[in-house]
Amino acid sequence: MKRLLFALPLLVALIIGGFAIWGLSGGRDPSALPSVLISQPVPQLDLGPIEGVDRPGLTTADITKMEGIKLLNVFASWCAPCRAEHPNLTRLGQEEGLTLIGINYKDKPEAAATWLEELGNPYTALGSDYAGRAGIDLGISGVPETFIIDADGIIRHRFAGPVVGDGLKRFMDALDEVRK
Amino acid sequence: MIRACLFALALLASPAFAVEPDEVLSDPALEERARAISANVRCVVCQNEPIDSSNAGVARDLRVLIRERLVTGDTDQEIYDFLVLRYGDFVLFKPPFKPSTYALWLGPFAILFIGGLAVAISLSRRPRRPATKDTHLSAEEETELAKLMEEDKSL
Repeated sequence: MKRLLFALPLLVALIIGGFAIWGLSGGRDPSALPSVLISQPVPQLDLGPIEGVDRPGLTTADITKMEGIKLLNVFASWCAPCRAEHPNLTRLGQEEGLTLIGINYKDKPEAAATWLEELGNPYTALGSDYAGRAGIDLGISGVPETFIIDADGIIRHRFAGPVVGDGLKRFMDALDEVRK
Repeated sequence: MIRACLFALALLASPAFAVEPDEVLSDPALEERARAISANVRCVVCQNEPIDSSNAGVARDLRVLIRERLVTGDTDQEIYDFLVLRYGDFVLFKPPFKPSTYALWLGPFAILFIGGLAVAISLSRRPRRPATKDTHLSAEEETELAKLMEEDKSL
């Protein structure tokens, strides 16, 4: 009993140390934020179309009505990583039969229109979020961010950062998880 | 001289404020509340900075949003709830006290308690010195002492 008591501080130190090692090692990203929106329906959005772009705006009701898995992509023409991920998202939409929904974050309509003309417009619906309020409702920390929404209109995954390279692989894994 | 100049310059420097003049509310009481709330809300981009001192775009948006909600009559708690609903407990610098954070809040006290208990037990088990120690000399010692004193006197 007494020996056990003497081992107690060591045990506590081991537990705390083990937790620290777990926290510092492995492929975990300590700055990654959990999203509170996972397993929640899409928050109430009501965004008008981008001026000069031939796509309707979007509301949460519209998104819920759409069939199959949807990718809600928040992007801006001034964001270089958005440009990098654009071909990947376009390809994903075509090859995997996903519906792409875009939110144009804090962007001038003309700039967004030119950007979409140049790179192609894979989006079924496009909302303009000039003030960034939809971004706050979605809890984003920057662009690009992509949400995977399942057939029932529930947000299943939040992906912060561009869907390229290693990110594309992780995104595909998340997509497979949602499809299960 | 150069040192004195540098020191004077250092005294002149004031902390940079991220809050821009156009954000400031005309009502000083509301503005003060806005500043207090902003100081408790973490910027989701810079992560170790409160939105009150962050220059990130999202931080500015949140500062403006907090002020708008204050003007429409929200309580401080309603504003915190609004932010937590969107960004999670992470945005609060002071984590709330709830089942998932019990370990965080109570852990240090639990460890202190266990440590204190261990110290108390080990102290109570230590063999105690007899409380009534016999300070008198035994008869043998008395005669020994008397002998020594005699020898001392004869010197």
